[in-house]
Amino acid sequence: MNEHSIAAFRRGYRMQWEAAQDTHVVLYPEGMAKLNETAAAILELVDGKQDIAAIIATLDSRFPEAGGVGADVLEFLQSAYEQKWIQFRDPA
Amino acid sequence: MTPHKPGVNPPLWLLAELTYRCPLQCPYCSNPLDFAQQEQELTTEQWIEVFRQARAMGSVQLGFSGGEPLTRKDLPELIKAARDLGFYTNLITSGIGLTEKKLDAFSEAGLDHIQISFQASDETLNAALAGSKKAFQQKLEMAKAVKAHGYPMVLNFVLHRHNIDQIDKIIDLCIELEADDVELATCQFYGWAQLNRKGLLPTREQIAQAEAVVSRYRERMSGSGNLTNLLFVTPDYYEERPKPCMGGWGAIFLSVTPEGTALPCHSARQLPVEFPSVLTQSLDDIWYNSFGFNRYRGFDWMPEPCRSCDEKEKDFGGCRCQAFMLTGNADNTDPVCGKSPHHGKILEARREADCSDIKIGQLQFRNRSNSQLIYKTRNL
Repeated sequence: MNEHSIAAFRRGYRMQWEAAQDTHVVLYPEGMAKLNETAAAILELVDGKQDIAAIIATLDSRFPEAGGVGADVLEFLQSAYEQKWIQFRDPA
Repeated sequence: MTPHKPGVNPPLWLLAELTYRCPLQCPYCSNPLDFAQQEQELTTEQWIEVFRQARAMGSVQLGFSGGEPLTRKDLPELIKAARDLGFYTNLITSGIGLTEKKLDAFSEAGLDHIQISFQASDETLNAALAGSKKAFQQKLEMAKAVKAHGYPMVLNFVLHRHNIDQIDKIIDLCIELEADDVELATCQFYGWAQLNRKGLLPTREQIAQAEAVVSRYRERMSGSGNLTNLLFVTPDYYEERPKPCMGGWGAIFLSVTPEGTALPCHSARQLPVEFPSVLTQSLDDIWYNSFGFNRYRGFDWMPEPCRSCDEKEKDFGGCRCQAFMLTGNADNTDPVCGKSPHHGKILEARREADCSDIKIGQLQFRNRSNSQLIYKTRNL
């Protein structure tokens, strides 16, 4: 995985807003993970189209006070991959 | 959303036991022994109304189970309705009755996940355990088809004394079929499994050996970048503290039987507690206000040794069904607990396992005639 990789949810994994729990969750076979706001902000941009550099650029412009979110985003996406929520592909 | 009752959260998990019909006869089935007495099934509309009410309360995971859920002709319709409501939909199946055509229909309806259960890693043992000769090849084909459709696939093997020694072959088969996750679950002793316990409970030595094999595979697989999880569930009969059954009574789990009885776990209908029907009461009222769902919530119902135990918030006193089956009183501490005055029942079961010579053919298979016979004998 690098900044040009494109991330997408794997089949059978998806994020949705759960009003009853007042939070975003990732749903997967027989289970669920509650997301904090940061995680939800990143995963909302995982659409199978834009590359990771574009996701980082969007978040940097949305949260300028954070002073550069690149390293955190890469780290989070790697852990999401290890939990099998998402997968990466190289750009066509 | 404001909770209806302080301390009571919505049922995140809904298990829809669509039917008790099943082409297999596994002797460890968790269905009630007297399932043959119950032939009524909710209609399509009634099930969809249950889903609608549960989703409005905040349920998010939905399991289609049974019996064999594939015997319901309206399954694609039920899947679509549930998915449109925002549920994550799980089909829990033996794979018997599954076809490529049905897989396409389920996929189109929005099914999220399929779990296929196997009885063993080879044809002969699988046939002996399932009471069906054709089952194994069909399961293999359907597991491959599920993967080909791009689904995440969880393979479930129910382990017991007759197949646990082949756990290496079972894991090899799962790797070959490219399972995403593998559940290696020693059978839990409810329903038919409890009836056949002496012929199913593995010995402590068998479990220790199986655990060693699983750790070896885990090491090897993580070394090669294989992300497949091997979940190994040991029977609580070899524990000294009980399991926190269902995450607590009426805490996260709601099960509905084929004819519409709402239960806090799929085994609870055997308890001498009255449980309401979804046909006569709203799900919301059932979950928050019914006697049955409040019977073992919290800690006030607990007798000693649970009442003064500092672990009660961790294990909730264990399993009410197990307490009832083994001690005759569902209020008692789960006898798995070393502090229970009935713990001797568990020790006795372990001794039985050490000297059991019951063969597979001598187990009581889960089928209509055995169910009717058991029901008649018990009511003489």
